[in-house]
Amino acid sequence: MAYIAQIAFIALAAFGIYWFSRNILRIRRNILLGKDEKLNDRSGERWKNLLLMAVGQKKMFRNVPVALLHLIVYAGFIIINIEVLEIVLDGVLGTHRLFMESLGGFYTFLINAFELLAVAVILACVIFLVRRNVIKLKRFISADLDGWPRSDANYILITEIVLMSLFLVMNAADPTVNGRFLVSGEIAPLFSGMSESTLHTIERTAWWLHIIGIFAFLNYLPYSKHLHIMLAFPNAYYARLQPMGKMENMPAVQNEVLYMMQPELAPTGEAQPMKFGARDVQDLSWKSLLDAYSCTECGRCSAACPANMTGKKLSPRKIMMDTRDRLEEVGKQVDAQGNIKDDGKSLLHDYISVEELRACTTCNACVQECPVGISPLHIILELRRSLVMEESNAPQEWNGMFSNIENNFAPWKFSPDERDAWAQA
Amino acid sequence: MQVTTMAEMAARGETPEVLFWVGCSGSFDQRAQKITKAFVTILNKVGVKYAILGKEEMCTGDPARRAGNEFLFQMMAYQNIQVLNGYEIKKIVTACPHCFNIFKNEYPALGGNYEVIHHATFLQQLIDEGRIVVPEGGAYKGKKITYHDSCYLGRANDIYEAPRKVLEALDAALIEMKRCRSNGLCCGAGGAQMFKEEENGTTRINIERADEALATGAQVIASACPFCNTMLTDGVKNREKENYVEVLDIAELVASYL
Repeated sequence: MAYIAQIAFIALAAFGIYWFSRNILRIRRNILLGKDEKLNDRSGERWKNLLLMAVGQKKMFRNVPVALLHLIVYAGFIIINIEVLEIVLDGVLGTHRLFMESLGGFYTFLINAFELLAVAVILACVIFLVRRNVIKLKRFISADLDGWPRSDANYILITEIVLMSLFLVMNAADPTVNGRFLVSGEIAPLFSGMSESTLHTIERTAWWLHIIGIFAFLNYLPYSKHLHIMLAFPNAYYARLQPMGKMENMPAVQNEVLYMMQPELAPTGEAQPMKFGARDVQDLSWKSLLDAYSCTECGRCSAACPANMTGKKLSPRKIMMDTRDRLEEVGKQVDAQGNIKDDGKSLLHDYISVEELRACTTCNACVQECPVGISPLHIILELRRSLVMEESNAPQEWNGMFSNIENNFAPWKFSPDERDAWAQA
Repeated sequence: MQVTTMAEMAARGETPEVLFWVGCSGSFDQRAQKITKAFVTILNKVGVKYAILGKEEMCTGDPARRAGNEFLFQMMAYQNIQVLNGYEIKKIVTACPHCFNIFKNEYPALGGNYEVIHHATFLQQLIDEGRIVVPEGGAYKGKKITYHDSCYLGRANDIYEAPRKVLEALDAALIEMKRCRSNGLCCGAGGAQMFKEEENGTTRINIERADEALATGAQVIASACPFCNTMLTDGVKNREKENYVEVLDIAELVASYL
């Protein structure tokens, strides 16, 4: 009989890990559909970013109370997972609390710490649920989150609460620990008077639900905004290290202009047809695609966006969500057909509208705010390049500005001879 | 005004300490011309050996690039770099954060390598070096001044303290807006927005920002960007507060003492 439980456990773990790996590799493949961008230089600074931004959550601390709550959930989640090690070993070996005897008092200390953290995590998650659903903070009730994204956020918080509760119930109903732990010891009296077999059933049920829950949660991540708990780390490592004001150069256009100005430098032979800017996800840098999968839709970007706060359609968060949604769609085509086929749709127009792109002031507030180093601005500017250079799609005033710059060397229609007239006045 | 062009200086076989890049706004916009003149007044008074490009100066291409027109940007960059390298320019000062950003971060990849300094930092250095001496008890002593961070100076290039130090040197009572430094709210002009109507929304960005500045009760809204200046001036006018609150560039504030 005992073997059946062990086999069931090993099968569950193997399937859980296999399915998760399969999805993670799919996501990796999708990210690499993007354009190459070299971001592996200056590894010292990159490790520092990873430690400060992802591990240390430096940018979260722009709002201290929320950062502390988030830290509790984050640290709690990681530390309590140490207990999962024992659970997994017990499951595989058919043992019960493998380390209890050998660790003795230290075991009690560890489980006490985990239980206290579990309570803190439950409280923090309840506060987060209240912020989302009762207080209704502006960035959480925004239309960006209508439908699945809003449920996604709530499911994650509820799952965390359930997992933590199962952990406490498992300890409370376990007769072998004699109610010796701080929190479960307080819950244990609820089970007094129950027969040993009932207690055993409760304990086993909580144990199984807890570990099944953990594997289910793991496999939920690739479909969820919550994937940031893993991708925040590589995303911080690969964050661009240049000043935020710098826009990527386009060497192809640079050369085109050079050959126009100095035709003697132009290479002979057929010119390759060029594509400018990004119309679809595969035209973006792979880092922008990693950004999209790393986004947890917190909305700090959109809350700080001057266009968004003054009622324009632009929302940097939606830019990231659209990019991920479209990339998933393109990824499914690749799954089915092996390569990217024109499906008559594109990120530009079908997901992100011209009006959204036109509202951006390139102020970098969204980039500044993102706790995990995402740049919505990068995507916006690449799409703008496609709009203007591929489609000649610019508002009339911009076309006027372009022709003024070209002909009068200033964005306004003044004579270049007047440029230093101010000095004479 | 006594302003020498690079062509004149080169003809005399001289080289300037620094090239003053005036920028399109500083050259053509009537309001921004006052900022240019104030900065030139300071340069002349302090005795900095500088030159301007005059008619040889062209738009850096910033609004074109941000709007998505890379071709036009590259054309402008090519021509400007030809002129600047032709004169063997080593150091550039400019009163426009957009020009500053593009020289500092984007021209080097195209062969334009210069030491670039924004006038906020330049003024701070002149004050630190004692080349600008602010007399005791000037017009702005104790006056409430709030400083508006330009995105292209602040977040884009991490320059937050230099303009504030300049204002502190004037003995002004500096008060901060709720959103300042890296939290600063854009004036609404960047990303080529200056050259088009805003998209549909509930309010204008410059009005949102002007309201925040007015809420501090400051008598002066200081900025270090000609575009921010225009946007905030319009915002203050929209609220009919232009008779009570001045929008001034830090160069104008400093020049008023000289």
